[in-house]
Amino acid sequence: MSIQEVPQGRLRTPFYSRLAALDTLNAWHEWKGYSSADALYCADIEYFAIRNACAVFDLSPMTKYRIEGTDSLAYIDRLVTRDMAKIRPGRVAYAVWCDDRGQVIDDGTIFHLREGEYRLCSQERHFAWLKTAAIGFEVSITEETADIAALALQGPTSFSTLCGMGIEGLGDLKPFGLMHVDFEGAELMISRTGFTGDLGYELWITPDKAEALWDALFEAGKLFGIRAMGTHALETARIEAGYIAAYVDFLPADATVRTGRTRSPLELGLDWLVDFKKPNFNGRRALAREKRNGSTWRLVKLDIDGNKPAHHSYVYAKPKNNKSDIGFITSAVWSPVCKQNIALGSVRMPHGAVGSTVWVEIYYQREMHWSRVMAEATVVDKPFWFPPRRSATPPEPF
Amino acid sequence: MTDKWNAIVVGAGHNGLVCAALLAKAGKQVLVLEANEQVGGAAITREFTTGFSVSACAHLMYQLQPKVQKELKLDLQLASRDMSTIALAEDGKHVRIDGHSVEGVSATDQREYRAFHKRMTRYADLLRSFFNKPPPRLGTRNAKDLVTLAQLGFDVRRLGRTEMQEFLRIIGMNIHDELQERFDNGLLKGALSLDAVLGTHLGPRSPNTIMTYLYRLAGNRGRVSLPAGGMGRVSDVLAHTARESGVTIRTGMPVSRIIIDNGRVAGVETANGERFDSYTVVSNADPKRTIMELVGARHVETGFTHRITHLRMRGNAAKLHLALDGLPTIAGLSKKDFAERLVIATDEHYVERAFNPAKYGECSAEPVVEMTFPSFRDTSLAPTGKHVMSAIVQYAPYALKDGWTDKTTSAFKDTVMTTIARLAPDIESRTIASELLTPADIEREFHITGGHWHHGELTLDQFYFVRPVCTAAQYSLPVDGLFLCGAGAHPGGGVSGAAGRNAAKTILAREKVA
Repeated sequence: MSIQEVPQGRLRTPFYSRLAALDTLNAWHEWKGYSSADALYCADIEYFAIRNACAVFDLSPMTKYRIEGTDSLAYIDRLVTRDMAKIRPGRVAYAVWCDDRGQVIDDGTIFHLREGEYRLCSQERHFAWLKTAAIGFEVSITEETADIAALALQGPTSFSTLCGMGIEGLGDLKPFGLMHVDFEGAELMISRTGFTGDLGYELWITPDKAEALWDALFEAGKLFGIRAMGTHALETARIEAGYIAAYVDFLPADATVRTGRTRSPLELGLDWLVDFKKPNFNGRRALAREKRNGSTWRLVKLDIDGNKPAHHSYVYAKPKNNKSDIGFITSAVWSPVCKQNIALGSVRMPHGAVGSTVWVEIYYQREMHWSRVMAEATVVDKPFWFPPRRSATPPEPF
Repeated sequence: MTDKWNAIVVGAGHNGLVCAALLAKAGKQVLVLEANEQVGGAAITREFTTGFSVSACAHLMYQLQPKVQKELKLDLQLASRDMSTIALAEDGKHVRIDGHSVEGVSATDQREYRAFHKRMTRYADLLRSFFNKPPPRLGTRNAKDLVTLAQLGFDVRRLGRTEMQEFLRIIGMNIHDELQERFDNGLLKGALSLDAVLGTHLGPRSPNTIMTYLYRLAGNRGRVSLPAGGMGRVSDVLAHTARESGVTIRTGMPVSRIIIDNGRVAGVETANGERFDSYTVVSNADPKRTIMELVGARHVETGFTHRITHLRMRGNAAKLHLALDGLPTIAGLSKKDFAERLVIATDEHYVERAFNPAKYGECSAEPVVEMTFPSFRDTSLAPTGKHVMSAIVQYAPYALKDGWTDKTTSAFKDTVMTTIARLAPDIESRTIASELLTPADIEREFHITGGHWHHGELTLDQFYFVRPVCTAAQYSLPVDGLFLCGAGAHPGGGVSGAAGRNAAKTILAREKVA
């Protein structure tokens, strides 16, 4: 009988040694079994690195599945709501997948690595669902989270940093494109993707080259203000970009118990991802019905008066004399770069049309005592932060 | 593009034929495509050795629904009707069950049986009243569904307070406990246990076997008959009626796929590459085959394929056919008793013991047998003076651990012959030819996944509102234009025609709405 060593407690990502060396706060949390830093020196400084220089985030704990086989396209096309036939090799697609009732299980990115070979990345684990969805398809699904070390390099100087590392041909890489380059004899995949709504890249490599990649990156980024960052800074950036997060802005459909607590993609402002021209995909029948009969909820991006973040607030139709609320805030932050008090929320239809005004009830504490304001908020359409450099190809060097 | 059909029925099983005939009677152009050369699916008569014919799969008729017979004006000749069941004992002291009475048991058992039969028949009648209409959808505001649902509640309530409570108490129960509570005689208990488990992957101590017992009674209060000319004659009559009504039937045309175009049914393609167009396709095949092989997972959703692939349909019944140069000798039986249904299930433990190995992928060492000698009343099946025996034998699990090969098949056949020989010692010497169809053979010959003649276990989780699975329980599958009309749909297997008739009604009602 052999004894198998099972790691106890939190796992460390392949970049842990480098993060730990930079860490001054010792503020870590658990992310899918791994230690992940809240912040390393100061969340605000890290945030400004994203917007004004470049910041590195260790996204190794992100769930990654390899999907390949003769039916891989047909499989993924049935799994997600958007048309995956349009996503050629070398392209990345943001996608959302639903259960049979058209309720969102999760969102994520799907990398078409090579012809018929895909990688699906998501915040949550979905092996059971992906395997179930594979019934009747010639496809293999491999969990490869631990086999790949991944970094996000985000911010205006990210392009110049990577060029400084000697990476060629990066200028031609369009948003949601990916390329393979050689890094010390290993294959480094670079994709122009991210969770910050800014110019940025994600780097994917085998774990044994992780530290070398980190070192090369920080060496090249020295003159470009490169910094490591934690999840606090990223959280502010993703709300500015208007991106939703599982367990925050929606609950995975397979994790809810109560009825009505799930959301459809139409209710999350993701109707642009739902392609009814596709004859079949998971949730299509239910979503077509919802499209016909109307949704119950609507995701809103709110520009709120004042400077007090509207964490967990109720949303109302009127400033006073409300019989009941019309929804609630799911994500809120004061945006330093936009100088706006912004939030994402879920409101009942027909409230929350773009351009309309709603009222947000904000509670805040000052020297122990609670105060309350009814803040006027405008429903906006576009992401709060969408700089032209995000999509400029080639990006401007710094 | 060939002719446009109003509807294509995949498979000329008896349900497919009933459905096709009813659709044609309503003025539809209907095409039936059958894979085998003969119509009837599992309801066929076949010569298995020169001069000897037998119902190749289903052999006894419990429940061809009067509504089907009436609407299609079927003229069926029966070779024997109201057959008794004789539970065979090695010492010749057999027990004879005839409707509500039983002979060969104590006076107490007789009294108990009468009461038992009365109550069970009452519940079975209740069950039957739902056989001939599509199950209602739950959670809808559709008036028709609500009326059916209310009717269901009303009918159950109408049993009376005590009987309703009793019905609800026992419907999910196992038959063994109920029999133990009531009877002393082992043969009686054995025979009733056998009735409850025939054709299932259940033993008498498995939950839900009261329900399967009631299902057997529900067809026609447990009355059993043999059609003249074997079960194939029923199919021939149905095919004849269908053709008369304008149905086109083509045999030897296995459908290789159901064509889905832009999310809806567009027709079917046969193995020889021919294509037939229709916006309505009705599948008489089992739900698993229909979805996973003919339609393909990519045309339906994940949760649905998950439910369909997990449908429990593990066949356990083998079929034994013997050509005999004369009737065998069974102690204590008179000659005319060979017209009845003879069962080998010596006591209440015998059946459960036979089931035990099946749980682990092995055959019963002492199988349960239901024998009939159809040639006794129907001379067309065997040469003069000679006979055929048709027997259902359990348990022979579809997923046999060692696999079904010539070796394992012949070993099981020997086991069965030994079991029968214990009661009829001359059976071996009287046998001219024999054939054993294992569930694997039944799957191959009749294209039934798992060789399960109900197209899916008849258990509460796969019954009525949720037969075969939810979102497909009203004969329509979640692909526009695709319907199910076979035993996999409500109410289930047996040569009843109810599923075919209900499917036709559903399709015609849908059209009216559209």
